[in-house]
Amino acid sequence: MSAPVLAVRDISKTFGGIRAVDGVSFEVRAGEILGLIGPNGSGKSTLFNCILGQLRPDRGEVHVNSRAVSGRRACELNKLGVGRTFQQLSVFPQMSVLDNIILAGQEHTGTLLSRLFGKPDAGLTAQADQLIDFFRLRHLRDEMAGSLSYGQQKLVDAAMAFMAGPSLVLLDEPAGGVNLTMLAGLKERLLTYNREHGTTFVVIEHNMEFVMSLCTRIIVLAEGRIIAQGPPEEIRANPTVINAYLGG
Amino acid sequence: MSQFLQVLLSGLSTGAIYALAAIGFTLVWQAAQTVNFAQGEFVMLPAFFVLIGLHWLHLPLWLSLLFGLAAALLVLGVLFKKIVVEPMLPNGGMPLIIATMALSILLKEGVKQFYGAEAQPFPSLFGQTTMNWDGAIVSVQDVMNLVVALAVVAGLTFFLNRTRTGRCMQACAQNPGVAQILGVDIKRMTLYTFLINAALAALASFLISPIYLAKFSNGETLGLVAFIAAIVGGFNQIRGALAGGLLIGVLDNLTATYVTTEYRAALPLVLLIIIILWRPQGLLGVDEGRKV
Amino acid sequence: MKTWATLALLALGLAALIAAPIGQTHYIVYLLSSWLIFATAAIGLNLTLGYAGQISLAQASFMGIGAYTAALLTMAGVPWLIAAVAAVALCFVVGLALGFPALRVQGHFLAFVTLAFNTLFFLVARNEEWLTGGSYGLSGLPRPHFWGFDTAKNLPFYYFTLVAFVFAAVAMWGIVRSPWGRAFKALRENPIRAESLGVDTRRITLIAFAIGSAYGGFAGALMSPLVQYIEPNSFAFNQSLRVLLMVVVGGAGAFFGPLLGAGVVILLPEVLRFTEGYYLMIYAAAVIALMVFCPTGLIGLGRRVVDRFRPKRARSDLKLGAQL
Repeated sequence: MSAPVLAVRDISKTFGGIRAVDGVSFEVRAGEILGLIGPNGSGKSTLFNCILGQLRPDRGEVHVNSRAVSGRRACELNKLGVGRTFQQLSVFPQMSVLDNIILAGQEHTGTLLSRLFGKPDAGLTAQADQLIDFFRLRHLRDEMAGSLSYGQQKLVDAAMAFMAGPSLVLLDEPAGGVNLTMLAGLKERLLTYNREHGTTFVVIEHNMEFVMSLCTRIIVLAEGRIIAQGPPEEIRANPTVINAYLGG
Repeated sequence: MSQFLQVLLSGLSTGAIYALAAIGFTLVWQAAQTVNFAQGEFVMLPAFFVLIGLHWLHLPLWLSLLFGLAAALLVLGVLFKKIVVEPMLPNGGMPLIIATMALSILLKEGVKQFYGAEAQPFPSLFGQTTMNWDGAIVSVQDVMNLVVALAVVAGLTFFLNRTRTGRCMQACAQNPGVAQILGVDIKRMTLYTFLINAALAALASFLISPIYLAKFSNGETLGLVAFIAAIVGGFNQIRGALAGGLLIGVLDNLTATYVTTEYRAALPLVLLIIIILWRPQGLLGVDEGRKV
Repeated sequence: MKTWATLALLALGLAALIAAPIGQTHYIVYLLSSWLIFATAAIGLNLTLGYAGQISLAQASFMGIGAYTAALLTMAGVPWLIAAVAAVALCFVVGLALGFPALRVQGHFLAFVTLAFNTLFFLVARNEEWLTGGSYGLSGLPRPHFWGFDTAKNLPFYYFTLVAFVFAAVAMWGIVRSPWGRAFKALRENPIRAESLGVDTRRITLIAFAIGSAYGGFAGALMSPLVQYIEPNSFAFNQSLRVLLMVVVGGAGAFFGPLLGAGVVILLPEVLRFTEGYYLMIYAAAVIALMVFCPTGLIGLGRRVVDRFRPKRARSDLKLGAQL
């Protein structure tokens, strides 16, 4: 078996005496779509932020493609092939959709100087157009990203995460606030991308229906610990999980 | 040795006054997330209110001081919050910072136009007597400045940590969302913060003007020193600002006496750059533990 | 269609700048040159403030470094062009050295560090007489001479500054539309998202600040032959504040904002001369009002007015929706 794309080993993080994440370990293999779920306050976001270097864990290590990434800055992580989306809207509102997506790729091409003296689009227009077509944003290509609807901006956000051809993409509540039609479209696009490119996903999500139908494996967190993991059908029937959600 | 003691004491005395301005600066930073670039002018202005009381209204000194304090609370506390800070909050941080810069010009030019460009003598609150203390000539004014400033800082710390209102103010500064849920009146707490800042600035003004004379341009250095004291000590703490103020006051006096007078003003600046390189959270500050 | 309109507008603006000094008094021509020079400094600061979102309060000291460098070199017989290149390079390097520590930490540290730096620069310029002439300054600075084009008179000097300004503006336009420019804009709009897309925000901010500083140096190199006499007070902190206000009043982040802002700051005192000493007060109050009602500056105000009178362009996806 090949090395895991993402390996999380024994991560712990305490906030003023409260253990938000308590010794969590797991691995994600190439091509998997892993869902991270759990009730509010279970430590999902803290864990996510520790993996992405936004927070420094008290203990533990994170490896991406067998490289230790603890303590690295977000931009370095991105260069190692990690793309991400954000829970809140995270596009550049005063830039066109095309510029948003070119930006997502430009730091991965050429050198610092070639990005000053080279082509204004860093030679990425064709590639960005492909991605725009893939996410069916063609008619919005030259609109300011800020003028788009919420769901459309979510699609742009997702497209940006894929622009640099990452091996791992972390999706932070991709379904939040998106209407049902758009949600079905988003899920279908993510699954297609995963099938065509073999990209690995880790998804945090509240929308159970969405997670269950998207992910190949699910990890359930409660009070900072993993209480269950397995394929969606198993998780759906797991009494511990039901208890954690209902009993609180 | 006796000279050293003298220099040290007068350094602590001016340092304590710097600390007052620095503490106000930190409080406003916490409450409104705003860097007040007019803080120096906030310290310059109240002295002129007192002079107006003395020379235009012919009030006795104590009444003039009260008048000055009241005017400072009104103008630098209430009006500053209502006219400048509040309408600008929805526009984000940058416009507000720029506005405080414009405000500093407005206050400076206003005083220059309405009161004159010359330095005005300001009555000393504690007399000009000196004490001979083991060979060192110690000015009573220096000692009293230090005592008054430290007493006010102690009182303020007590208020913030031990009273209900004080704790509510701290809660608002640290986490406005939670404070609101707990039923704290955030607007009122922010107003208190601005009033305290105005009072601290007024006090600093009354203490420092007898030494430096009252002049429209006093705020330029005072503001800079207050910023630097706040950063050197630790931006998010009262005791940090106090330590920073005292440190700068002492170092400033020591440099001027023993090293160079020409580059006296450079010392706090060099200190600032060293601190930012070496310990950006400040000498007593706490690293907030997150990288972004 | 839109590009044609823009080009026509640009040509018109340039023609206006060429025609502006003709038939004017010496003083007005001098003032116009001064406007273009401050606009150059403000264009640089606009990159730092309007694009990278960092407050620099040292633009005047960079103008000072540029002015003293150009003055000392040209007085030693070095041609102005070489002196200007040296001034720009020096300011770029100083900008890197100053920005590097300040930008390691979040918050408004750059503002304080640059504030401190401007004061330090002033002290050095005043105290180191052997180099800077102290408070007496340097006088009798030569005006440059280019292969038969002598700028000794004010009118030719104005055209010289115009060429320099256009050069600086075109270079800035090139920077802003390059991938660097895209990264600068991304930084302003959403630094955390930019960082997660591989933009090294710390480095790109530092670069923006250093380029902005270099523009200050270039403006300084133009300033010394214009005024022919430089002294520390021309580069004190207040002057930095003035350049900053030019950017903000014009419209931070708008390409032509600084040109407009510099015009207002330089020319307004002439218009408001009748108010005598109250000019600065009126000005400061106006800036506060502008920040309350229109934080995007005069350019933003203009856009708002235009938008009100122009019918809204239908968005293409809405048009598509209407067809269905």
